[in-house]
Amino acid sequence: MFWCDALSEPLLTASGLACTRDRLSLFQDLNLTLHPGQCIEVHGPNGSGTSTLLRALAGLFPDFDGEVQASPALYLGHKPAINALLTPVENLRWYCRMGGSDADVAAALARVGLDHRLTSPCAELSQGQQRRVSLARLLVCERPLWLLDEPLTALDIDGHRVVHDIVVEHCASGGAVLCATHQSLGWQDATILRLG
Amino acid sequence: MRLKEFWHRLGSPRWFYQMSGPWQLGFTVAAGVLLLVGIIWGVAFAPPDYQQGNSFRIMYVHVPTAILAQSVYMVLGAAGVLLLVWRMKLADMVLQTMVPFGLAMTALALFTGAVWGRPTWGTWWVFDGRTTSTLVMLFLYFGLYALRQAIPRPEAAGRACALLAIVGTINIPIIKYSVEWWTTLHQGATFKLTEAPAMPIEMWAPLLVNVIGIYCLFGANLIANLRNEILRREQATKWVRELVARPLT
Amino acid sequence: MFRVQFHREWLSMMRSRDEVLNPLVFLFLAVTLFAMGFGGDAKVLGEFSPGIVWVLVLLANLLSLEAMFRRDFEDGSLEQMVLLADPQFLPVLAKITAQWCVTGFAMTLLAPVVALMLNMPVSALPTLMVCLLLGTPALSLVGAVGAALTVGLRRGGVLLALLVLPLYLPVLIFGVSAVVDVMAGIDTVAQIYWLAAISMLAVTAAPFAVVAAIRISVEQT
Repeated sequence: MFWCDALSEPLLTASGLACTRDRLSLFQDLNLTLHPGQCIEVHGPNGSGTSTLLRALAGLFPDFDGEVQASPALYLGHKPAINALLTPVENLRWYCRMGGSDADVAAALARVGLDHRLTSPCAELSQGQQRRVSLARLLVCERPLWLLDEPLTALDIDGHRVVHDIVVEHCASGGAVLCATHQSLGWQDATILRLG
Repeated sequence: MRLKEFWHRLGSPRWFYQMSGPWQLGFTVAAGVLLLVGIIWGVAFAPPDYQQGNSFRIMYVHVPTAILAQSVYMVLGAAGVLLLVWRMKLADMVLQTMVPFGLAMTALALFTGAVWGRPTWGTWWVFDGRTTSTLVMLFLYFGLYALRQAIPRPEAAGRACALLAIVGTINIPIIKYSVEWWTTLHQGATFKLTEAPAMPIEMWAPLLVNVIGIYCLFGANLIANLRNEILRREQATKWVRELVARPLT
Repeated sequence: MFRVQFHREWLSMMRSRDEVLNPLVFLFLAVTLFAMGFGGDAKVLGEFSPGIVWVLVLLANLLSLEAMFRRDFEDGSLEQMVLLADPQFLPVLAKITAQWCVTGFAMTLLAPVVALMLNMPVSALPTLMVCLLLGTPALSLVGAVGAALTVGLRRGGVLLALLVLPLYLPVLIFGVSAVVDVMAGIDTVAQIYWLAAISMLAVTAAPFAVVAAIRISVEQT
């Protein structure tokens, strides 16, 4: 894909990250570098700051110290970021156009195991299906850096495999993934970072 | 460059705390002396108004508080810009601590205005240009206060209040102008205080002293509040612990 | 980008029509209450009708503001919009425009009915509609700043009213005085220009304030 030519440049560098919430230090002097093709899993108990770290790197949490340099990132948070009144296809089209890409929405839906002919609004889908729509937006937005916060939540065994596969493919095509999770994605090449 | 910025952000509350002690004392003394002189002069020695008799003397409290109420909001707007653009910690503290002060000044101005209005206009309350825009100011202050109360995380609350203060500051002239336009058109200028006969110097000199005095009071209050807030927010830092541990001399 | 966001808003609104209709129904309900409150005295109602119409338009607009960013905030789309859109003010402007279409613009079209219920003279209706058309964009734009600031708060509704209503005052003043003047046979060009000027100022400044407010709200958690 389009970011392959810059293989040597890291997609994410963070140095000296420190964050305090309610006078409680979540992490201190944290350094991170993410090169193309690399996947880091962030592990840590509840409340150890994994979500805060991802939000900080995504640019959604400004109250931290340290330096972050990141290429255009996609953030998948706890919230599905799917409008419940729109169909999966309508939701993904919006992501395509907001992200400035013209990816194949139907193919992305098929990739995460959903039928693109689904005409019901997302409110009528199950939790797991909604989660799959969220995953599909990773595929349509074409950003080199993925920041995934608990992508496995609400997914079945097949869903876990889908996450594993798209992460591996993304890394193989020169992307990089930072993933906060309590349950390993099951990819041996992933490095593990422990918080807390 | 990074180091400089780092020091600027982290170091400036401490620097402010260390240099502001004498300033606080100076402003407090100046405010005390000026307000005492101004009030006594105004209440006891200034000549009575030929129309209003002695009731006009409440002006010596009313006018300074009304002027200050507006100035404090402008200060809040400026602090909002400083916080949102340069992320200045002190600006956040100004925004936090000066809202109750501004609220109190506005309320005092409205109250003294009502008390003054009773003998002068024959009514406690009239929706004329100044009273209405001061009342709106009270609502704006209260909005700032309520917004900060409603947002749990202090940093986010500070930024939200900063934005609201900026929006309010931009809107105040428009609100003031529209309210004045409305009242001059529909009620005539009968209640306009600015068009009263020019005051003799014996009457406005104490007023001037009081206005300067109340600005000093604002300065003293601001510095005292900031020093307090700095200690509260930085209580985990080494320099505050050392400061507190040191015996008073 | 504007069109994309507007299309999305339009689809969501068409699929939750009750949310769109509620403020408009509120407008009629409140008019009925006012008529009853005045004892149905047509002469008195007609005299006060400009003020009543404008205040109710303000309140109905306020009611719909609360829902403006709520769904997008709760499902996380709002933070994605902040992250993905470039420039950010375009989708924001699209959201505000969509909201204006179903409140300000709809109420402009409904205004003659409301005004006639309140016994406003027919000769004042064109001025009322022009003023609503020019004034309501400012309401939606300024209101959006308040809505974006309070969207993350659990009980944002009353706070939103507290923040936004004082800022609505200039629009109310010029809007009411234009209609009052036209009923008294006085020229109203000045007020109409003022309403247009306020809306112009709002459309240039407010979208950026809304973007900042959205950022602050999504950064709260």
